[in-house]
Amino acid sequence: MAIFINKETRLIVQGMTGSEGTKHTGRMIASGTNVVGGVTPGKGGQSVEIGGKTLPVFNTVAEAMAATGANASVVFVPPKFAKAAVMDAINAEIPLVVVITEGIPVHDTAAFFAHSQSTGKTRIIGPNCPGLISPSQSNLGIIPADITGPGRIGLVSKSGTLTYQMMYELRDFGFSTAVGIGGDPIIGTTHIDCLRAFQDDPETDAIVMIGEIGGDAEERAAAFIAEYVTKPVVGYVAGFTAPEGKTMGHAGAIVSGSSGTAQAKKEALEAAGVKVGKTPSETAELMRAILKG
Amino acid sequence: MDLFEYQARDLFESHNIPVLAGAVATTADEAEKAASAMGGRVVVKAQVKIGGRGKAGGVKLAQDAADAREKAKAILGMDIKGHTVHKVMIAQAAPIVEEYYASILLDRANRNFLVMASVAGGMEIEEVAKSQPEKLARVGIDPNVGVTLDKAKEIARLGQFPAEVQDQVADVLVKLWAAFVAEDATLMEINPLVKTEDGRIVALDGKVTLDDSAEFRHANHADLVDHAAANPLEAKAKALDLNYVKLDGEVGIIGNGAGLVMSTLDVVAYAGEKYNVKPANFLDIGGGASAEVMANGLSIILGDSDVRSVFVNVFGGITACDAVANGIVQALNILGDKATKPIVVRLDGNNVLEGRRILNEAAHPLVQQLDTMDGAAAKAAELAAK
Repeated sequence: MAIFINKETRLIVQGMTGSEGTKHTGRMIASGTNVVGGVTPGKGGQSVEIGGKTLPVFNTVAEAMAATGANASVVFVPPKFAKAAVMDAINAEIPLVVVITEGIPVHDTAAFFAHSQSTGKTRIIGPNCPGLISPSQSNLGIIPADITGPGRIGLVSKSGTLTYQMMYELRDFGFSTAVGIGGDPIIGTTHIDCLRAFQDDPETDAIVMIGEIGGDAEERAAAFIAEYVTKPVVGYVAGFTAPEGKTMGHAGAIVSGSSGTAQAKKEALEAAGVKVGKTPSETAELMRAILKG
Repeated sequence: MDLFEYQARDLFESHNIPVLAGAVATTADEAEKAASAMGGRVVVKAQVKIGGRGKAGGVKLAQDAADAREKAKAILGMDIKGHTVHKVMIAQAAPIVEEYYASILLDRANRNFLVMASVAGGMEIEEVAKSQPEKLARVGIDPNVGVTLDKAKEIARLGQFPAEVQDQVADVLVKLWAAFVAEDATLMEINPLVKTEDGRIVALDGKVTLDDSAEFRHANHADLVDHAAANPLEAKAKALDLNYVKLDGEVGIIGNGAGLVMSTLDVVAYAGEKYNVKPANFLDIGGGASAEVMANGLSIILGDSDVRSVFVNVFGGITACDAVANGIVQALNILGDKATKPIVVRLDGNNVLEGRRILNEAAHPLVQQLDTMDGAAAKAAELAAK
């Protein structure tokens, strides 16, 4: 089962002919993802050889979907052109768009997110995210496929490398799906969306949720867990030592005044019955204890 | 990027939002000249990016140009909550009848934009929200529709503005939205928005935050950067395109990925409690860190005189551990004698065994490896204590 992506996922890559797009298309194919084509405006009609496959290139997502039956897209388009690319995907009503691009102006993200809400046909994951993986089934984005295999843990995280770290710590258990939702101030898929999907996924037994400073998404996720999630959840929050008013790498990772602190997020999660680790390793240990019963 | 008040004023003016005459001065001479050109009474206002300057004595009314000179002299160099005053704004003094509030901001929770407006202004808006919530309009804006004139009129009504100023307030809100979009802002706040004796609606003080990610389409925003306030190490790191924040500890930190680096700071802070040391910086060298990026990162950190040990914490993803290990070895070659502090390295993930082998083989006297993040943090903290 897994969430959002599985064996049935037929992927197109927007920006496939660029250097990042080409590199990661090869990696996604190597890890078993069914890549069916790419989109680069102006290069429609060409085809490219990547990872032993001949992939057709289209001018628009709608053309690509009509020709290939694609049902998901991953975006490797530079920030300047990302809004147009995502709008194209939403207008084509593709069910899933994963936006890897870092550095998209928040006005652009706000515009394409609002557009996706108004059409109601497209789920956006990201921007500024590593993508998501259902090991041995499908891998959309840049998460290394060889960290671990399939299992019954669901993972949702704002951070890419902390996703990898946690998958590595729990590699002997494996994952149903690991989702990097991204570190921008506005993201298309939230902790809550993933928690809901994992709760409803019969092949996920327990959930790891990784958050970081900035905004109040973790606090809202905590309230959602208390209300809806019956599977065990362990949490980790990064940024206890972050100073107020400084952006810590991710555009959304900033403590403003007294809001967005790691401490407040940890307390909210604990109040909802979530065990929160002090370090990634300790968090993995908490999950280990739960799975071993 | 947060702007100074005078920069916000100029930006508002360039988008036809009504403001009073104002000019920035960095010396008492300039302040006198500006006041003399304006004529009459002026207000001398400290330019600092922090609230509470009025209470701190950073805002003074001056009767004439000579008085403005004296007031500027007193305010320049003043320390307001740790911020040194390098500039003052000379603003035309206007007789104010009423103080209102208006703002537009990014609403992360609702993933859109929020307009707030209130007849109650001149104080912190959080205060209004608490004490007089019925007077505060809070209206979500669809980014693809924006603040239309009808929407603006509705907001003015909801904010309980007096009927005779509602049209003028609505006009300001429409212009504020246009400015907010045109400049890629995440916050534009007018507080207070005032009604003057002659019935005009004017933005008297403003706060603006611009989206750093949108710099590529605003060449002019580079002129707004406050170079005086930047930490020299942060400035140097920015010039090298590194994601660096200076902190006040002793353990230098390098890692890949913002989340992992934040986590590394926390783990070092916990381990450091025993030795009374803390992380010295945040430095994310990103997913695709080359030897050159690693060398640049190490040189910034080794150039920080507060640093006593360095912790390099890398999880090999797309950039495998062997590439990172080669990067460290080459970086140390490039740095030569400049590398003088112990470096603790923790590598995990893609190609970790080869990465560790490369570092072992290089056997650099400053470098030691540990297998776990928690163990390496403890070692780095211990070395910083010595």
